[in-house]
Amino acid sequence: MRYSGLQVIKQALTGHKGWKPAWRDPEPKPNYDIIIIGGGGHGLATAYYLAKEFGQKRIAVLEKGWIGGGNVGRNTTIIRSNYLLDGNEPFYEFSLKLWEGLEQDFNYNAMISQRGILNLIHSDAQRDAFIRRGNAMLLNGADAEMLTTEQIKARYPYLNTEDARFPIKGGLAQHRGGTVRHDAVAWGYARGADKLGVDIIQNCEVTGFRQENGRCVGVETSRGYIGAGKIGCAVAGSSSRLMSKVDMRLPMESHVLQAFVSEGLKPVMPGVVTFGAGHFYCSQSDKGGLVFGGDLDGYNSYAQRGNLPVVEDVCEGGMAIFPAFGRARLLRMWGGIMDMSMDGSPIIDRTPIDGLYFNGGWCYGGFKATPASGFCFAHLLARDEPHPTATAYRFNRFETGHMIDEKGMGNQPNLH
Amino acid sequence: MIIEHPLLGPRDSSEFTYMGDAKLIDRPDPEAETAARDFYEYGYLRDNPAGWHDELWFHEQGDRSWLVVTRNTLTHEISKVELARDVARARGRSK
Repeated sequence: MRYSGLQVIKQALTGHKGWKPAWRDPEPKPNYDIIIIGGGGHGLATAYYLAKEFGQKRIAVLEKGWIGGGNVGRNTTIIRSNYLLDGNEPFYEFSLKLWEGLEQDFNYNAMISQRGILNLIHSDAQRDAFIRRGNAMLLNGADAEMLTTEQIKARYPYLNTEDARFPIKGGLAQHRGGTVRHDAVAWGYARGADKLGVDIIQNCEVTGFRQENGRCVGVETSRGYIGAGKIGCAVAGSSSRLMSKVDMRLPMESHVLQAFVSEGLKPVMPGVVTFGAGHFYCSQSDKGGLVFGGDLDGYNSYAQRGNLPVVEDVCEGGMAIFPAFGRARLLRMWGGIMDMSMDGSPIIDRTPIDGLYFNGGWCYGGFKATPASGFCFAHLLARDEPHPTATAYRFNRFETGHMIDEKGMGNQPNLH
Repeated sequence: MIIEHPLLGPRDSSEFTYMGDAKLIDRPDPEAETAARDFYEYGYLRDNPAGWHDELWFHEQGDRSWLVVTRNTLTHEISKVELARDVARARGRSK
């Protein structure tokens, strides 16, 4: 069934009895051409684009729990393409362009809202850095605008630009950035992929890989063995766990990142704002809750829950830039597990094992990357060569010295 | 998290800076034939286990000692804390 306004009216008049489940719940077949491990945003997007853009058939997505239960449901829903480096910016701009047409493409309301993102500037050095970044964005076809304090005041009148400790000197705005209803991204891709014949198999945990003559030929799962021509892993957060089954050590650590949402308020935040003197960023959901986050907890974790010192640190950052928000009560907080890579950038590449492909290392940039990650991974799986915007995301870049280190932090994953 | 410091007793983890896998104590031999590969693996590849993990914590806001903390990455439970110098000496490092 194609979703449309007309369909909503038709269903309303017939008691909403005609709605069907958005995707099937198929039994796994004995083998597939392509298996994607991980039914999150990236895995489902990969399957969707494999079927839609690359004409692949007989595809399955294997998910150990329920689809969209991992990081695509555990983020702060922000989309943007305000990166600096050549290895990253074309990819993230490609992603933002895919976001812009996504709802029509997969016929699902993902509530994509290009309400803009604003990076605040608090010092002259920071202004220089942001001008450079803005120029890099423009060179790669993205939009970027340096805003004066007056322009910022017009949009956010309650910001204290004259604060003695953190004066606001301006900001770098990307007006095409914004927010998306995160769960709907997983659901939309799942529904779109399912319509194109992809089997989405939930409660199916991969427990091992079967290899023959150096080639990966299938996966052992909690629902039995499934053969495959090609296998793609898209399980960011648990990448090291999965790849350890083929004795691969990855250039990453898994870390927990917390995020928070306040009680619902009347509209107060028209867009996304990042604090430039501490790690804090905030937007307001359509339900009214302030959605915000900050630093990693900073130590290896697979626990999907964080600890209190970072809660305090994030709230301190929030109070420093938005003191009024201190009156709002915290409603919920959650933790997601990030593949923190050694340079803060992701990997979309073949593995040393034939037939086995890898997508991971998204650090905390994974959500905004979802469409391009899926598209580029599908490109790699279907054609065995990287998509033009993802040529830098190779495993061997750490060995050859071609790191894509946006923050210049070196091989210390918890600092990216 | 509370870390039982061997010298100072229970200390809040926020006093510490985290460095990662305690295998970083075992620096490869720069004279070895395979040194380039060894240092790449040492610098960039990690086991990153889900479960028990020996890791380096630096008591930056305290006595500035390095600790090897055995911690479960699934539960954040800590089972053992040693001074990193003791661990390194036990492995025959720096007399």
